[in-house]
Amino acid sequence: MSLKLKKGVNKQSAYNLRDPNLDYEAAHTLSIIVDNESGVLARVIGLFSGRGYNIDSLTVAEVDPSGHKSRITIVTTGTPKVVNQIKAQLNRMVPVHEVIDLTLKGKAVQRELAIFKVVGNGNQRVESLRLADVFRAKVVDSTLKSFTFELTGNSEKIDAFAELMEPLGLQEIARTGIVALLRGDKSS
Amino acid sequence: MTQANKITGAEIVIKALIDQGVDTVFGYPGGAILPIYDELFQQKKIKHILVRHEQAATHAAEGYARSTGKTGVVFVTSGPGATNSVTGLTDALMDSVPIVVISGQVPTFMIGNDAFQEADTVGITRPCTKHNWLVKDTNKLAETIHQAFEVASSGRPGPVLVDVPKDVQFATGQYIMKNEIYKGFVKKDPSIDLDMLDEVISRLEMAERPIIYSGGGVINSGQSAVNSLRNLVAGTNFPITSTLMGLGSYPASGKNWLGMLGMHGTYEANMSMHDCDFMLCIGARFDDRITGRIDAFSPDSYKVHIDIDPSSINKNITVEAPLIGDVSYILSALITRWKERGSKVNKKKLTTWWKSINDWKGVKSLGYENSSKVIKPQYAVQRLEELTKSYNRFVSTEVGQHQMWAAQFMGFEEPNRWMTSGGLGTMGYGFPASIGIQIAHPTSLVINVAGEASWLMNMQELGTAVQYRLPVKQFILNNERLGMVRQWQELLHGERYSHSWSDALPDFVKLAEAYGIKGIRCEDPANLDDSIKEMIEYQGPVIFDCLVEKHENCFPMIPSGRAHNEMILGEQTEENTISDDGAVLV
Repeated sequence: MSLKLKKGVNKQSAYNLRDPNLDYEAAHTLSIIVDNESGVLARVIGLFSGRGYNIDSLTVAEVDPSGHKSRITIVTTGTPKVVNQIKAQLNRMVPVHEVIDLTLKGKAVQRELAIFKVVGNGNQRVESLRLADVFRAKVVDSTLKSFTFELTGNSEKIDAFAELMEPLGLQEIARTGIVALLRGDKSS
Repeated sequence: MTQANKITGAEIVIKALIDQGVDTVFGYPGGAILPIYDELFQQKKIKHILVRHEQAATHAAEGYARSTGKTGVVFVTSGPGATNSVTGLTDALMDSVPIVVISGQVPTFMIGNDAFQEADTVGITRPCTKHNWLVKDTNKLAETIHQAFEVASSGRPGPVLVDVPKDVQFATGQYIMKNEIYKGFVKKDPSIDLDMLDEVISRLEMAERPIIYSGGGVINSGQSAVNSLRNLVAGTNFPITSTLMGLGSYPASGKNWLGMLGMHGTYEANMSMHDCDFMLCIGARFDDRITGRIDAFSPDSYKVHIDIDPSSINKNITVEAPLIGDVSYILSALITRWKERGSKVNKKKLTTWWKSINDWKGVKSLGYENSSKVIKPQYAVQRLEELTKSYNRFVSTEVGQHQMWAAQFMGFEEPNRWMTSGGLGTMGYGFPASIGIQIAHPTSLVINVAGEASWLMNMQELGTAVQYRLPVKQFILNNERLGMVRQWQELLHGERYSHSWSDALPDFVKLAEAYGIKGIRCEDPANLDDSIKEMIEYQGPVIFDCLVEKHENCFPMIPSGRAHNEMILGEQTEENTISDDGAVLV
């Protein structure tokens, strides 16, 4: 595709000065403080679907009952340009108070909680229990044929545990999606 | 709080509107909003304009808002009333027009039961409003309505909707005044980046080939922004072009005016945009109608973007210098700082730049071949402009070729005089908008430049114009075609004119007569002036059926997927101008 530009005229072009990383897609964890009012989650999700942004993970719960504020944690993937658009669009919304890009802001603690149901007999049961111990997963329910494990950790840890449980009779998984806060003594 | 100082929800609505200074409401009653209409009946401060379709109410409110700078207000009922307002809400969202729609809703205890005329109004209108509310408690009603006005008019303006269930209208609650509400939800402007401002000014001082590209944001920001823009242009002698939405912020008669830019903009405006080395974008948003092909858009320029909405920055075009804030505030800071630094510009290079621009002007890109046998649409608009420009005049348009011709051939000296559906491109906008404008400016000359196909989309509003004796002039360029669709089919789809003509048009003169108003038909260029004068002088609504050349194309044009310097100027050059890549674009 030729640009049909005269030679030498575009040495100051913004086009040539573009950051080579601009097209690089990366996951960003956004922490969004919103008014806990009806429809607020629909607004946020509607923004993502309406403008074609990705949601990899989403969690929401009220975190300040007296101030009626909820924290929505969204993991999204996009180029820096797209992620900046997402943040700007979120900030435009009336019930949105703050949008914090934890990925840019510094190191963040990111955790997910997952519950696994593993069904099996004999050695499989023993092995699953042993691995659960290694992963510090808790047994929260059990029958003669099954264990239900609770595991907290980052997403990779949960993925790894799920992979190990697969041949040992993994039947179902429920995951919360990521919740995250900035490390250190400052609030985000 | 005693029972005594409580009033009904319906009373609260009316009281809140009066408190907000509302004098006019456009609307249509229905079951779920009857209590509010009952209150409306019992007061004299607010005038209600009964439209013939709720979509028209929203466009009329837009016309009212854009011609006055105030917030337009609409009443609709639940269900179909609310869904009919969706087009107008979306239109207002795209064009940043402040309107408040108050919709009736089925009573709270019936919500979710698929009640008669129930629709999930806040759900449906969520993506087409700046914000919306469902009010379930009468005590929250006054506060919500005041907040709605605040949200609609603050920052980048836009439409809002307040959904009020019928039982909330009947129940009693506490009223609060508009100055008593919590305003923490209003987004604050970030403070101006002074380093960035200085960098911008030094670029401005050095600029060899500068251009100012202004948009609707200047008009929304108000008269002081308009004045600042004019001062900046006068002080720097920079050329200026505007978007469709920005026409009138700089006078069309001004010596630095290049005309509108973009897909159907002038050659000089688009070539200047392409070749400039310094672009000052003020209150515009690099829309696809403006930029043409993104990767070939103004490749050599340092771009400054002044916008109140941070999400407009780097959305379509990456800019070097974003200045976020209200245009009026940023421009005055910029001008002050520029003057402090000695009001410098690169005069010598600027002279050379103007020389190139004047060469481009010499192309006379708005030229067309006139005819003595048939009225050319461009000629019709030119004569309309000539015969009406001395009047206290407001112009609205529908959407299509006529809209572009009006933008090209009519000159606007002041802001808020030109109302058109830019972002959404809503056919059927112009007639109801002209009604809203005329309500706000009863003694002014209000003209809707229309195409017959667009105009038919809201022709039921004839009833409104007649009922309120609104002397709106409907200047219809009648080519018996969906002109712009036909043009695209000619250029892009092998001249296969799929459903782009209307085989059963009404006799517009008889239609006017059926409503007891004046109809004028003109098909001879020799009679055009006299007919237009007859229209202007008639004291009442007029339908002007101007039969024009049926196959005229709107030029110049940047074909889809092409750059600014690849404009086509007329019929002879148009062959194979649209690539396969371009054909998928709108």
